[in-house]
Amino acid sequence: MNSLRKRDLKAIVISLIVFAIIQGLISSEFLDPFWQLNIIVICINIIMSVSLNLINGYTGQFSLGHAGFMAIGAYTGAVLSVNFHMPFIIGLIVAFAVAAIIGCLIGLPTMRLRGDYLAIATLGLGEIIRIVIMNVNYVGGAAGFMGIPKTTNFAWAFFVMLFVVFFIKNYVNSSYGRACVAIRENEIAAEAMGVNTTKYKVLAFTIGAGFAGVAGCLFAHTFYIIHPSSFTFLASFNYLIMIVMGGMGSITGSIAGAFILTTISALLSNWPELRMSIYALLLIGLMFYRPQGLFGNIELTSLPIFRHFKGGK
Amino acid sequence: MGIMDQFLQQLINGISLGSIYALIALGYTMVYGIIKLINFAHGDIYMVGAYIGFFCITVMNWPVLPALLVSMLLTGILGMLIERFAYRPLRSAPRISVLITAIGVSFFLEYTMMYFVTPQPRTFPSILDDAAYHIGPFVINNQQIMIFAITIILMAILTYIVQYTKVGKAMRAVSFDNETAQLMGINSNRIISVTFGIGSALAAAAGVLVGIYYNSIDPLMGIMPGLKAFVAAVLGGIGILPGAAAGGIILGIIEALVSGFISSTFRDAAAFAILILVLLFKPTGLLGKNTNEKV
Repeated sequence: MNSLRKRDLKAIVISLIVFAIIQGLISSEFLDPFWQLNIIVICINIIMSVSLNLINGYTGQFSLGHAGFMAIGAYTGAVLSVNFHMPFIIGLIVAFAVAAIIGCLIGLPTMRLRGDYLAIATLGLGEIIRIVIMNVNYVGGAAGFMGIPKTTNFAWAFFVMLFVVFFIKNYVNSSYGRACVAIRENEIAAEAMGVNTTKYKVLAFTIGAGFAGVAGCLFAHTFYIIHPSSFTFLASFNYLIMIVMGGMGSITGSIAGAFILTTISALLSNWPELRMSIYALLLIGLMFYRPQGLFGNIELTSLPIFRHFKGGK
Repeated sequence: MGIMDQFLQQLINGISLGSIYALIALGYTMVYGIIKLINFAHGDIYMVGAYIGFFCITVMNWPVLPALLVSMLLTGILGMLIERFAYRPLRSAPRISVLITAIGVSFFLEYTMMYFVTPQPRTFPSILDDAAYHIGPFVINNQQIMIFAITIILMAILTYIVQYTKVGKAMRAVSFDNETAQLMGINSNRIISVTFGIGSALAAAAGVLVGIYYNSIDPLMGIMPGLKAFVAAVLGGIGILPGAAAGGIILGIIEALVSGFISSTFRDAAAFAILILVLLFKPTGLLGKNTNEKV
């Protein structure tokens, strides 16, 4: 336990150094506004992919509706800061709560389904959330919700991301996380060993949905405007691609996947016509040569080179 | 117009739309039945079919029927090429990798098409005059008659191929048990290829018919119908051909009724709500058989 704490402490120190460097680059205007924005988007995408990884990668429940929960969080946060003038932190907490409650309500019936059927049901539910939002005039309907203050800066995005990553890392390493992995490996065997599979599946789904809501709230306060068309099932696919690219069941993998894909997509914006075609070919190529993702289900930090830094024996 | 007339009219519209969903759903369900892949690129194959039909009719000045056949042939070949180069190398890979590849193929088709034909919608020439016929309480126009006729002919041909030919028998065998089928001397790769070809040709026919019916096509037109056709396939019981046809028609009718009587903005939500209800109460679909999970 002691060495674990020490390891966490080192990870936090390293994260703070990374934060200081990037913040320095932003303050000295070494990074232009385009990349400043992209760094925030990377943080948001990391929250999305790590939380989706808890559902898809660790618990093995194939969810394709993650963007729907992001939409719930985005609209909740936006309504709280525009219509109720709440501070940002309240917005983040309420966005988490609302997305988690709806995630739980959706998870209870759908978590009985398996494999492809679950994937299609969650995809459909994500779309229903989006269509319902599109028909609510209170939040702007199909025209989108405008006039959201731009509160999210790099510090907010980074520290919320750090919190989420640590939360999910600790969750996965706890007895809850082991129950999730047991369900992923073999649901029937897990049940036979006394794991309450429904409870752990719904819990993972609820937590994942809640953090997607947090990401949505950050997202809404980054762009001034939110629009139902930002949260289609294509957006959910995007997050799925991130975790598959990094490796299902690897937190460092999803961080790398989110980072690499967002950066590639930003770099390709110089060729807008061919951007998506190149992106598609990269995706197919990756699946051909590395179907288990870049890291598989191995954490980057468990590689021999990193053991030195962690102070393990 | 009385409410009954309106209901009957929406029923006709629903069946026309549903026939199109059914044609796309058949390809989805065949591919799923044989290699258990949700082929997300199928909706884009339908889009490519619509564009090939469009170019045959406008640039080459061909009549509808040859344009339809050429579109089906070329799109069928495209489907087989996609299977050969994108899915076959991943036959033994985890299923999620194949799924991601399918999403990649879908993006590739959409945006490569957009590069060549621009994102602007194209107006499909109206080849049939808008004559409408009154049959009893029904009003039906030329386009709808054409959709019904072509759908019924194609479904009849498909049923014949699957039920009465050697290839069809092999397809059913491979989808039942691939390994045993191979032991019986069936070249399963060839059969999977043929399945993709037939499925893609049906989607192409749906694409051309949609062009004629709605007069407008664009490179992203395949996303929503593709997804809804999948809903239709799941609704009827995935892997079951009559299920896909029935699911498509049911979905089309429900959508037409929802947009006619409630609001057209909710029709997509209705499609997904039905899907979820069916999945919760009968996960194998309306015509599906229950299977027990073995340890």
